[in-house]
Amino acid sequence: MENILEGVNISKSFPIKGFLGKTKGTVSAVHDVSFSLKEQATLGIVGESGCGKSTLARLIMRLIQTDEGKVNYRGENILNLTGSKLQDVRKKIQMVFQNPYSSINPKLSIIDNVAFSLWENGVPKEEARKKALYYLDAVGLPKSYALRFPSSLSGGQRQRVAIARALVLEPEIVIADEAVSALDKSVQAQVLKLFQELKKEFSLSLIFISHDLNVVEYMSDEVMVMYLGKVVEKGPAVQIYSNPHHPYTQALFNSIPSMEVGESTLNNSPINGELPSPMNPPSGCRFRTRCPLVTEKCAGDLPPNVEISPGHTAACVLYERVGNEKVLS
Amino acid sequence: MITENTGQLSNPVILNKEEKEDSRFKEFSRRFLKNRPAFLALILLGIIVISTIMAPIIAPYDPYEGEITNRLQVIGAEGHILGTDEQGRDILSRILYGGQLSLLAGIVPVLIAGLIGGSLGVMAGYFGGMINTIIMRTLDIFYAFPAILLAIGISAALGQGIDNIIIAISIVFIPPVARIAESAVKEVREEEFIEAARTTGAKNFSIIRYHILMNIFSRVFVYCTTQISISLVLASGLSFLGLGVSPPTAEWGVMLNNLKEQIFINPLVTVIPGLFIFISALTINLVADGFRDALEIKQ
Repeated sequence: MENILEGVNISKSFPIKGFLGKTKGTVSAVHDVSFSLKEQATLGIVGESGCGKSTLARLIMRLIQTDEGKVNYRGENILNLTGSKLQDVRKKIQMVFQNPYSSINPKLSIIDNVAFSLWENGVPKEEARKKALYYLDAVGLPKSYALRFPSSLSGGQRQRVAIARALVLEPEIVIADEAVSALDKSVQAQVLKLFQELKKEFSLSLIFISHDLNVVEYMSDEVMVMYLGKVVEKGPAVQIYSNPHHPYTQALFNSIPSMEVGESTLNNSPINGELPSPMNPPSGCRFRTRCPLVTEKCAGDLPPNVEISPGHTAACVLYERVGNEKVLS
Repeated sequence: MITENTGQLSNPVILNKEEKEDSRFKEFSRRFLKNRPAFLALILLGIIVISTIMAPIIAPYDPYEGEITNRLQVIGAEGHILGTDEQGRDILSRILYGGQLSLLAGIVPVLIAGLIGGSLGVMAGYFGGMINTIIMRTLDIFYAFPAILLAIGISAALGQGIDNIIIAISIVFIPPVARIAESAVKEVREEEFIEAARTTGAKNFSIIRYHILMNIFSRVFVYCTTQISISLVLASGLSFLGLGVSPPTAEWGVMLNNLKEQIFINPLVTVIPGLFIFISALTINLVADGFRDALEIKQ
């Protein structure tokens, strides 16, 4: 299948301004990240808080300017588009935000919240409202809610509004940035199911960002694991979940609480230590300060992207030594 | 659920905009009415405002014609309920006519400052960076002077007259309104719905109109209503000091100044304009508080 969206070596660091606007240092939020999203597939991005997942989403959406790299939508780099061309691409890629209490405007009615993006794109107000109503219906909100204000809606209902707003421009790609993290477990399940239904119904390609491994497993075809702004492992979801290679991915999976009765809730080897400061990331492999399998080599060069099996790569020196594995970079 | 793929519903609901506005207004007035002091204050303020507006009809005498033989009458004197001043003019009539100017000087500067200060604050808060620095630091200069001193300085420079009072007080009120608006915008700008609007390619103007203004309006509005009473007191104060409206024009501050001469002869009459300034300011404050509570603004 064709790649509908590709990220090539995306990097972004934020300057830290000190007194009188002097730059004291930089926070490397996303560093040299590449990804690809196949048409009508779902790419899951996992990682702990602060690993750059949301920054990556905002870079793709062009909410933040990228330092380096390219984002190709159907082969065209969208990072240097301007004017009406940018407007066209914006309609194709939409985003669902994390916090449903902050992502819809409390002073606009539900229907206007959804219709706003349409009338901003030149659709007459009445027509925009009609279309908004159609999408509110599609995400399972009763028609009687259309004129209500967000304050009378629950978190799950608000998130449905946010999804309707993302869909109303008829995008091809939807980026869900922690879209279910703020919801109760039972509501999460409903919203996840809704995502899958809508994906089929409107032929969407999804980028699903979450720190919840189970959610990502349920949603994704491909998974990308990030740590401190870098991709440590990526590949088909089935392979990564059944056979994680990178020590960070392994540690992450080991920290999923066990559901078995009688067993200790945490299996073994939880990740030790704190996330290092992104202002001053460790040299070489960024995970080496917490890695249980750390070697002397890790502090040196950047870890290579080793292809474990077709489409499945892990950025770790451990696999470089394995004889016939092909070293990618 | 979905009937066709054309973006049309089989049975579109009629979207009645008025109904929507109506329910929000109902909610607001229901909460406001529950607040007894604010409600009573609103009634009292309404009586004062309406009677000053209707002064030409209800005032018993001409505010500028007095009989010198009839001067310095006490409260309750025959024909002059609130007595007469040093030139024999009926105080009730002068209070009614004077209220027009005094209340005008309370409201208009706040409106002007709300518009100018509000727009400056919104621009500073929304665009941030250099624009913010230029606007906000310029306005900070005005903070270096105490409000009353600044108002005295400006009106002294501009000269007498109600229009100059209004200009002077407007200038005094622009920086605080801008500051309130700026901090409110900065808060709202961080919300995810602003980002969401930007991802749809919305223009800055529309984002400000639909997402920023609608969310900061109540805060700026409530702040402005609390400033009306201060503006009223300030305007009267300037007139009292002889910097604002000049005699013989009827204005509460001027009247207070004129009547102070007879404080040992007729102390109660002297107090009347001050009492009206006090009651107006108090009721305005109570109503503003009521607005704030009804709009559920945390402070």
